[in-house]
Amino acid sequence: MSKALSRRSFLKVGVVGGLALATAGSIYRLVRDPETPRRFVLDERTRNVLAAVAPVILTGALHPGSDDVQAVIERIEGAIQQLPLKVQKEIQDLFALLTLAPTRRFLAGLPDDWRIAKQEEIAAFLQSWRLHRIGMLQTAYHALHDLVVGPWYADESTWASIGYPGPIKELS
Amino acid sequence: MNTNPIPDPIQAGLASGWNVIDASALDANRQFEVDVAIIGTGAGGGVTAEILSMAGLKILLIEEGPLKSSKDFKMREAQAYPELYQESAARKTKDKAINIMQGRSVGGSTTVNWTSSFRTPEDTLHYWQKNFGLQDYAPQALAPWFDQMERRLHVTPWAAAPNENNDLLRRGAEKLGISTAVIPRNVNGCWNLGYCGMGCPTNAKQSMLVTTIPAALSRGAVLLTRTRAEKLNFKGDRVDSLSCVAISADGLAPSGKTITVRARHYVVSGGAINSPGLLLRSNAPDPHRILGKRTVLHPVVLSAALYDHKVDSFAGAPQSIYSDHFLNTDAIDGPIGYKLEVPPLHPLLISATLSGFGEHHSHLMKRFANLHAIIALLRDGFHEQSVGGTVELRDGGSPVLDYPITDFVWDGIRRALLTMVEIQFAAGAKIVYPVHELADGYTSWSSAKKAIEALPYKPLFTRVVSAHVMGGCTMSDDTKLGVVSSTGRYHGVSNLSVHDGSLFPTSIGANPQLSIYGITCRLASMLAQQLTGKPAPVL
Repeated sequence: MSKALSRRSFLKVGVVGGLALATAGSIYRLVRDPETPRRFVLDERTRNVLAAVAPVILTGALHPGSDDVQAVIERIEGAIQQLPLKVQKEIQDLFALLTLAPTRRFLAGLPDDWRIAKQEEIAAFLQSWRLHRIGMLQTAYHALHDLVVGPWYADESTWASIGYPGPIKELS
Repeated sequence: MNTNPIPDPIQAGLASGWNVIDASALDANRQFEVDVAIIGTGAGGGVTAEILSMAGLKILLIEEGPLKSSKDFKMREAQAYPELYQESAARKTKDKAINIMQGRSVGGSTTVNWTSSFRTPEDTLHYWQKNFGLQDYAPQALAPWFDQMERRLHVTPWAAAPNENNDLLRRGAEKLGISTAVIPRNVNGCWNLGYCGMGCPTNAKQSMLVTTIPAALSRGAVLLTRTRAEKLNFKGDRVDSLSCVAISADGLAPSGKTITVRARHYVVSGGAINSPGLLLRSNAPDPHRILGKRTVLHPVVLSAALYDHKVDSFAGAPQSIYSDHFLNTDAIDGPIGYKLEVPPLHPLLISATLSGFGEHHSHLMKRFANLHAIIALLRDGFHEQSVGGTVELRDGGSPVLDYPITDFVWDGIRRALLTMVEIQFAAGAKIVYPVHELADGYTSWSSAKKAIEALPYKPLFTRVVSAHVMGGCTMSDDTKLGVVSSTGRYHGVSNLSVHDGSLFPTSIGANPQLSIYGITCRLASMLAQQLTGKPAPVL
């Protein structure tokens, strides 16, 4: 990326970024489902984002291309459904931002659809949001981080891999 | 098949005919008329319920969360956090820079806390006397109330050996000449399992869930669960009624049914954030615009470390060793001090807390059994540059805390990280990971020190958490300084009290549960005497 292009994109992110997360959410809800759902049920596009992002966040723990990917998506969905509705809406807005092509390109810096995005591109996207100067994108990184690693390691099937014996059997 | 060998006092009480109503199952609106309505069943509400019911008053307890008991406590984070915590244990400050752990089930935070029980430090009380006109809050005047609650809740210094997670704090600190001491805990017959944060599966923890609330229910108190106190309705200088909404069984949305409560007296014990939230929604008198302000958190930062040997930080009493060394190095109103403790490590919480992703993160998680962590709790609220945050209402009326972290607090965070890392190396750590997005793993104290001094300190770069929300309904007899009097009565309202940690004008400088127990024991005893005209009962 040339310096001029990089600077232009950077300015655009600065101007657009703050508003985009909120507006992308409302556009998304308008386009996808005029009857705004009260509870966030993951759709195909959101699952595609998670199927791409989770193996990168969990590199070394989750086996890409295995049943692990579906398993972690199910667990993430379960965790989201127990969050307050206003938080579910924020998460819905975040996935709207990631699934709509223009915001995916502008804010996540990903030229390709999630299904064909490369691992290193996704890692670069996560790292840029992790340290982003726009607080809202940083909080979005933290949301992805916590939503992926928390449900993954909360599940008994992963405990042996980290040397955790789990609670005593007699009372659990 | 239930093979659980532990007797369950809640199930036994329900079978004996306790009056407990799960509002999520109501098929019609309901009205109640009682002597005292208590909103919240945590440390403040629980103690108040037992004392007022002993005094012969008809009590209604209102709890937003569910009634769960030892048969439900399976020591699994995926189940415990959504069932037992506010916002599924993912409550955050307005800017999402601080994660807040607060309980939401019968027993409130006492059902899920780690049992550390400290009296309010004397220097904190002296500060309240000097700066908030709380003359009655002398250490010797409060001592009998702490005595009473320590007896009631079996508070004693932990007599067994600390687990390795705690002992590493003790050994590392000792090498550096930093004194540590043993933590008193409110447990009776503790199995030393390590799962206090997910509800005690053996009923050893003397939480409100197994002590004061069963006592009140056995005396005829009524408990409404899945019920959100929405609004206190004022008429003149009195609360006329309380409007509540029933919540769905999953705890997420109003069910559509309402509950109206009329009482002679109302006690707000929803905890800091929810108590000021209810009072703000109700437009409670606030002539000096201080309701919701001075909400403090004991902001917590942590440092993880890897050792060559197993630490098994998930096993054993979670907190048994602490150090107040860095609370005592400066004046209470000087540079911010911090208390050192350790957290229990369980897979969900520690995986979310550790920064970074990919190989870096999974490599650390693979060595979970060898991980140790120290936490530093910063004593906020004692300095003009540490006045806490403000509880506000969102559009839908739910409360949110705006808590800006000032440079004064960041300075303490930097010093606390340095302290924790130095202790971990002194205890024999091989690699130390101060939890910061730009920090690395460090293999020597000198390299870690250099890095920590150079790190940027700003929101969302350092992981900051809190399990001790206090303040927001400041207590002071000076109406310019506080909305509640030194006797717990809300200023300008004749039949409204606040009994919980939201009263505290500053943070405590120690885990706050025993401060809430002792202080509300005194306030509830005074209230019992005023409402009945007879001497208050003794627990």
